[in-house]
Amino acid sequence: MLAKSKAKPSSTRRNTVELLFGDLWEFDPAPELADPKLKESYALFIDGQFAAPRSRKYFDSINPGTEKALASIPMAGKADIDAAFQAADSGYRKYWSKMSGNDRGKYLYRIGRLLQDRSREFAVAESMDGGKPIKESRDFDLPMAAAHFFYYAGWADKLEYALPGANFKPYGPVGQIIPWNFPLLMLAWKIAPALATGNTVVIKPAETTSITALKFAEILQEADLPSGVVNIVSGAGNTGQLIVNHSGANKIAFTGSTEVGKAILRATAGSGKGLTLELGGKAANVVFDDAPIDQAVEGVINGIFFNQGHVCCAGSRLLIQESIAKVFVRKLKHRIASLRVGDPLDKNTDIGAINSREQLQKIERLVEAGVHEGAALFQSSCSLPRRGWYYRPSIFEGVTQSHRIAQEEIFGPVLSILTFRTISEAIEKANNTAYGLSAGVWTDKGSKILKMSAALKAGVVWANTYNKFDPSSPFGGYKESGFGREGGKQGICDYLKVS
Amino acid sequence: MARLPITKTPKAYVGGKFIRSESRRVYPLNGKKGSFICNIPQCTRKDTRNAVVVAAKVGTNWASRTPYNRGQILYRLGEMMEARSEELAQAIALTGNLSIASARKEVATTVDCVIYYAGWTDKYEQVLGNTNPVSGSFLNFSVTEPIGVVGVIAADQPSLLSLIGLVIPVICSGNSVVALASSTNAYPAILLGEMLATSDLPGGVVNILTGFRHEVLETFASHEHLRGLNLCLDKDEQKIAETLASESVKRICIHSRQTDQAWFDEKHKSLYAIRNFLEFKTTWHPIGA
Repeated sequence: MLAKSKAKPSSTRRNTVELLFGDLWEFDPAPELADPKLKESYALFIDGQFAAPRSRKYFDSINPGTEKALASIPMAGKADIDAAFQAADSGYRKYWSKMSGNDRGKYLYRIGRLLQDRSREFAVAESMDGGKPIKESRDFDLPMAAAHFFYYAGWADKLEYALPGANFKPYGPVGQIIPWNFPLLMLAWKIAPALATGNTVVIKPAETTSITALKFAEILQEADLPSGVVNIVSGAGNTGQLIVNHSGANKIAFTGSTEVGKAILRATAGSGKGLTLELGGKAANVVFDDAPIDQAVEGVINGIFFNQGHVCCAGSRLLIQESIAKVFVRKLKHRIASLRVGDPLDKNTDIGAINSREQLQKIERLVEAGVHEGAALFQSSCSLPRRGWYYRPSIFEGVTQSHRIAQEEIFGPVLSILTFRTISEAIEKANNTAYGLSAGVWTDKGSKILKMSAALKAGVVWANTYNKFDPSSPFGGYKESGFGREGGKQGICDYLKVS
Repeated sequence: MARLPITKTPKAYVGGKFIRSESRRVYPLNGKKGSFICNIPQCTRKDTRNAVVVAAKVGTNWASRTPYNRGQILYRLGEMMEARSEELAQAIALTGNLSIASARKEVATTVDCVIYYAGWTDKYEQVLGNTNPVSGSFLNFSVTEPIGVVGVIAADQPSLLSLIGLVIPVICSGNSVVALASSTNAYPAILLGEMLATSDLPGGVVNILTGFRHEVLETFASHEHLRGLNLCLDKDEQKIAETLASESVKRICIHSRQTDQAWFDEKHKSLYAIRNFLEFKTTWHPIGA
């Protein structure tokens, strides 16, 4: 249907028309039908073999889009973690520490290639297990995961160029714990640089998203990676603690919440273990009045609603210059109305399912707090599937800096909007958080971008773009968003003992 | 009859001023056979917090100096120390733990260490930072930034070389420092304060406290505005420091069980000592019309 826009006609501006979508027509379902080749039950991958957990315990992995159980996942216990580190140690001593960088690189190339071969199958599994829209797992998670293996494969025999003048050696066996928001991609971020630098790995996927990690073990077998070099153990928080506290772990690399990150710091205090922590964020996306507005609206939408907002670097605080706030928010609301929330496997879905019931409840609690503290809530009126965990894209206006929704990481499709008048006010508000992972800047003026980029206390600054990632681009935070970098030349240093 | 010499009252160096501890407490520094030399200020947790406030205030100014300017100022510090090197050597040897020959060697190594890092100020970025060849039409570059205020606790011995070896790589990139000097011989650090004051280094970039580790360690570890710690500690102290520092997710570098000799090793001077207290910032920008 064509409708006249509400904008007043003027001599300089044509009376424009716009397409209204809304619920006028239903989209036909467009499901991705590739077979994810799931098993009913999975096994731990230790010392190159699939093995039932010595703990004999299992738990179900639930499809958040349907609330149905997908597969039975082993819950690794103490004996399993002991075995995994023993394997990582012997894998290090027997094979990996003796192998040339060139050969380590060749294994990583193989893994990258095999992952590309099976990328559609893995993408479907990822969307079923984690709830993210298939277009994201297909076009972002999988290609980016393979790209990380390719990137670090090439570094394996060139490490001395990454650390000029340094003496360095690998840690040996390292423990890695990854989150549920980008399960396979985070696995690639962790495993690729660790192996390229000559370490061996015990890695634990998040409790709710273990399937692609355990499927990935099949690829390691197909690549004929020497046994013990990578060990994959599934489980919950207790399993993670066993890894962190294990005497065989010479380094811990963790991506997850700041709360758990601090617990890891306390647990490893005095142990001499190396650490990389990639923790939470509360990124400011700063829009100046000279920004290309339509482009900025798209960037803000992508910044907060990408992967249901389950992104540590999500642009969850929008700072708009006061003079354009009204028009900007109107355009935002209009854009949000056309976002499609629904079946993660549908190719037209923009926003999939919330990863778990627990996470959905956390989002609901924080949104309630926002309403209670006096911010104005706007939610899309889109329909939601009857089953599964879904949340409407939401924005809060009239947010002040002391509101919980401006300080705490929501990790969901909820945007908090604040305004500012001057550039110094924007900088102060943007930096007024314990976090410092990422930030966005939108302006047409180059010098303003460079000033903001220098002033924002964040590890990644996106200027006139948002949520861009690349294996060659280091990622990681300032302040309580953690330390160490993943990706790029800088990501190598954190997996080596440097002197 | 020999002239009666004037004795100097040792003072800590905070915010470009020579101060006593707010507590007005002192402890005696003794020479060979327990002979009294002077009273050293016994700085407190409150003194530490005050120093952090000052360091944070001047930190942005120091970080915004050009790398060339920071290099010249550090070189100037080297000049100040060289000119008074005999006095520093006498101060090191004062307590009788070291021969004057060893003390002279320590001073020479210390001054060379300052000059080494003075040369890095306008170069480390070229080695550590880079543009990143991302797949897409973006200019993507990673540059370093200083992390802010860093706490330093020096080894008891070598008192001067360990203090300089921990402080200078940290400030050369624009960080500021609150440092606790050797407890067993703080006198060289007190002289160093006078040299810092005449080196054009803005007051407050390096703050030197004297006193006891066990009294201020917990404040160093838990103070939220200290973003990093560069510490000489034993195992037990390390555990206390790392546990308390976890709440503010500090960047920590522990130099434990370091032998005295290790400080004299050429390899001890390193680009990576600078890197330990830098953050990497990566900026993306689209390329196009």
